[in-house]
Amino acid sequence: MKNLTFFQKKAKELRKEILTMAFKSQRHHISSSLSIIDVLVVLYWGVLKISPQDHWNLKRDRFILSKGHAASALYAVLADRGFFPKKYLESYGKEGTILGIHPDYGYLAGIELSTGSLGHGLSAGCGMALAAKLDSLNSRVFVLLSDGECDIGTVWEAVLFANQQKLDNLVAVVDYNKFQAFGKVKDVIDLEPFVKKWKAFGWEVREVNGHNFKQLLQATKSVPLKKGKPTVIIAHTVAGKGVSFLENKLEWHYLNLTKEQYKRAISELDNL
Amino acid sequence: MRYAFIQELTKLAAKNKNIILLTADLGFTVFEEFAKKFPKQFFNVGIAEPNMIGIASGLALSGKIVFAYSIASFASFRTYEHIRNDVCLHKAPVIIVGSGAGLSYADNGPTHLATQDLALMRGLPNMTVLAPADPVEAQWATREAARLKSPVYLRLGKKGEPVIYDKTPKLKIGQGNWIKRGSNFVILACGNIVFNALKSAENLEKKGLSGAVISLHTVKPIDKKLIVQLAKNYSHIVTVEEHSVVGGLGSAVSEIIAQIPAKKPEFLISGIKDDFPKKLGSQEYLRKIYGLTPEKLSLRIAKFLKKS
Repeated sequence: MKNLTFFQKKAKELRKEILTMAFKSQRHHISSSLSIIDVLVVLYWGVLKISPQDHWNLKRDRFILSKGHAASALYAVLADRGFFPKKYLESYGKEGTILGIHPDYGYLAGIELSTGSLGHGLSAGCGMALAAKLDSLNSRVFVLLSDGECDIGTVWEAVLFANQQKLDNLVAVVDYNKFQAFGKVKDVIDLEPFVKKWKAFGWEVREVNGHNFKQLLQATKSVPLKKGKPTVIIAHTVAGKGVSFLENKLEWHYLNLTKEQYKRAISELDNL
Repeated sequence: MRYAFIQELTKLAAKNKNIILLTADLGFTVFEEFAKKFPKQFFNVGIAEPNMIGIASGLALSGKIVFAYSIASFASFRTYEHIRNDVCLHKAPVIIVGSGAGLSYADNGPTHLATQDLALMRGLPNMTVLAPADPVEAQWATREAARLKSPVYLRLGKKGEPVIYDKTPKLKIGQGNWIKRGSNFVILACGNIVFNALKSAENLEKKGLSGAVISLHTVKPIDKKLIVQLAKNYSHIVTVEEHSVVGGLGSAVSEIIAQIPAKKPEFLISGIKDDFPKKLGSQEYLRKIYGLTPEKLSLRIAKFLKKS
């Protein structure tokens, strides 16, 4: 079992990687990627049964980044985990790259679904979880959703279906950073009472601090929380987490880093 | 055609447990037996068509061959982005089955008409679009769709469509099938209106106008070779479809003809005009309004041959 220091160190390295990719490509969605990186580190180094050498194995666990706009975080993780060479990251967001702003299935090992249009991941996740059940496999499907994504009707169509089919091998993780594209979630389409909603739809709910490795590990390692029930982990997160001037600011969904800002962000992380 | 479809699928499902049928809560009196026989291969996802397509994709990416069923209007319009992203982008073996093609649900009103579905589905990369003419073609198309291992839109009529073939023809995806030979003109038709096209050609034959009829059951990939050949051999080409004249079979054929460098044949597209119906009634009633009965088709084709 890896200790908490390992996860902290890994997350710090990958935050720097995300910032470097964003700066070099002058591409945005920085705050979304920083918001989910701790969740990804826990899943990819602590939970998912996957192997870069055998990445099409039918028995593998699946991870779907339904909030595809945070792909830079996923790329950084997959490269570090050995799914493809790290030097690929240099091409992120550049002409002719296979590392687009949103992830595309079929070009890179470890990408389970093309996402970018929100509201698709959980439905596909339901299909994968159902297939595993039908084939008597133990694989589990983790789907990372954004909070704003939960405005979309298909998310709730999938939520109903998962409950109906008792897909206890399906785990939704909501990156609840309280921001969506054009404002604060509570001001745009309030999701509260969020926990109650999921419970009312028949899901087992665990709320965690999405940057607390102990809590994240406890929740993700103990799924299904209840036999016969799908699980949702509501991860309270901070958009732009880890760099003071990026945190909790809507504009960092869109802005690109200047050289000064990039240097400042890296040195903040180095001095943690 | 729905019964022909489910009969064939029942055979396939018995042989291959990876064949799954999803429905968005439709199929009353059609799917009960299948559901009973194959409880692990049949799932009713509820009235949630976009979710059905997403689920289908997830199943397909895990090794299943998935038939996703609803009536054609819901199966194609409400789901479009999910078909595009979840199915076509992933080249997933999902067969979207739309029953009630064209005006089949005429008495249910405009919301239930599937008169733009071919246009939508034809526009998608990696998609094969099949519009069988009768129960015989429907059975064949079901079987072929399961074998393709890539996205398919299977456009079915409803029920009680007349059988065109008295013996099983040799059919091939992407190749039009000659139903009737003739020398003055050729009709290219697809789907549940092929029968009327054939009847109109038979009417015209009696008046000394000899027309060929071909079922273009595969709307995509369209049989380019055949169309180029027909353009050489015939002075008059007619397309017939129970679908809007925008974007369907007529458009697909004209895209080929327009690019032929040599002298082009005279060309007529018959279908549903680019509008919603103002008055409602039976399928027969709307076919009359849109000129898709054998009589109306014969009149129009005779005029077309005379004029040009």
